[in-house]
Amino acid sequence: MQKNGPLALAFNALVITFMLAPLLVVCIVAFTPHNTLTLPTTEFSLRWFKAVFAHSDFVQSFWNSLWLALASATLATLLAVPAGIAITRYDFAGRGFLNGLFLSPLIIPHLVLGVALLRLFALLGGTGSFGWLVFAHALIVTPYTLRLVVAALVGFDRSAEHAALSLGASQATVFTRITLPMILPGVTGGWMLAFINSFDEVTMSIFVTSPSTVTLPVRMYMYATESIDPLMAAVSALMVALTACAMVILDRVYGLDRVLVGRK
Amino acid sequence: MSLATTLLHKKAAPWWLSGPALLLFTVLLLVPLALTAVLSFNAFDPATGVKAGEFTLEHYAHVFTDSYYHTIFWRTFWIAGLVTLICVLIGAPEAYILSRMGNPWRSILLLVVLAPLLVSVVVRAFGWSMLLGPEGLVNGALQLVGIGPVKMLYTEIAVVIALVHVMLPFMVIPVWTSLQKLDPGVENAALSLQATPFTTLRRIVLPQVLPGILSGSLIVFGLAASSFAIPGLLGGRRLKMVATVVYDEYLHELNWPLGAAIALTLLVANLVVMLSYNRLVEGRYKKALG
Repeated sequence: MQKNGPLALAFNALVITFMLAPLLVVCIVAFTPHNTLTLPTTEFSLRWFKAVFAHSDFVQSFWNSLWLALASATLATLLAVPAGIAITRYDFAGRGFLNGLFLSPLIIPHLVLGVALLRLFALLGGTGSFGWLVFAHALIVTPYTLRLVVAALVGFDRSAEHAALSLGASQATVFTRITLPMILPGVTGGWMLAFINSFDEVTMSIFVTSPSTVTLPVRMYMYATESIDPLMAAVSALMVALTACAMVILDRVYGLDRVLVGRK
Repeated sequence: MSLATTLLHKKAAPWWLSGPALLLFTVLLLVPLALTAVLSFNAFDPATGVKAGEFTLEHYAHVFTDSYYHTIFWRTFWIAGLVTLICVLIGAPEAYILSRMGNPWRSILLLVVLAPLLVSVVVRAFGWSMLLGPEGLVNGALQLVGIGPVKMLYTEIAVVIALVHVMLPFMVIPVWTSLQKLDPGVENAALSLQATPFTTLRRIVLPQVLPGILSGSLIVFGLAASSFAIPGLLGGRRLKMVATVVYDEYLHELNWPLGAAIALTLLVANLVVMLSYNRLVEGRYKKALG
């Protein structure tokens, strides 16, 4: 393997700085004791974090986002596991179509999805209801779970299943005792990736949430278009911290590099 | 069980298994898209709203003839194109440099480049608005080297910078993946046969990573052209892109049919640009390989 030259390393350092700069700045400014967005130099204060927890709109939308992400990631996983089995283990007409359809929310702009769902919900009279929001989020996070479930099923040694079947185990037993435990890392990894993506989603949600079901990113977006103060920085810093925690867990459960760049 | 029912069962099984997901995707994806397509042809009256039974081409005519929308589509596509170009120029070399590092730096730095993907885009936009503002760090640094404050926030500059930040991981991932398939032995062989590092890069590495760059460009272009939160927060009220205009039509002007027409035009334009780019580059790529 060739070594990187000094120029390459300098380029690398610039890119890393570029990637980290906005996140670091948000986290540092959140500790400012002042009323404006200034970098704290000598004093650090937690006042803006306290202000976030006292701000009922942010607290409410945090809980909305949390329940929404939990529900939609779970629903997406429940749908993606059987669908993944159908796509990987059966050869049937319509297999390519289903695969393409289930992955299409990755390609269709979330803006278009938001507009389309708003139309549907308006006709059904359920605009902004939490139940519809769960289904809408399940739709956009299903591709993430499906991909990891399919990856787990493709690299799967079926001899244990065949052995169990030949020893008289029922289909259901084989699934719960052998198949599911073997694909479990992929399933949990997919669930977590779905959770994170649902929690972060803003473009589609902004069209289909109502004042009582506004999610945290939507609330932050609306807040930031009106006023920019350190409160925003504190919420953002909390989001970064939360995402970092989720990433550590995801890394332990499934391996972050496998989630992000696929199988090695 | 008779043979016939077993066969029937076998045929139906995948549909039973994917049925629940198919139901969700039909009700929440296919039906709403069809409804939106119909809506975009519905007549609209500012006083009474959407006229369900009346159909018109007026909204599309509006989008295609009004210079206001021309400006916005043109701006959206040049910004998306520029962002794609910058992502290729930064992302491809970065993936290559990372792949030549030794562990643990290789894995750590790869994660540093990719992890922002998991942080909400609103947070990242807000971070850039602080960095690029009139009193932000970037202007502070520029003033140190004697360049007066540059207005970046609420201009195309801020939108492009932040979009590159958001899109870069989508370029690094496919390039990284195609680099993993590259046998380092071939590179070493070229070098040992007296090829210059530049020739090796151009003749050995580049053809290998070209499919990765191509698929990365497609993803980046598509996402950048339909991006909403970045232009919404960093472009300000004046600098509109297609997604922010659709949002305005829906939630401020309440002209849903026109908004639907703009959104679907974006979807189709996006698909056309991506497919023709794919054709163009793939054709060249095949020719280059002979």
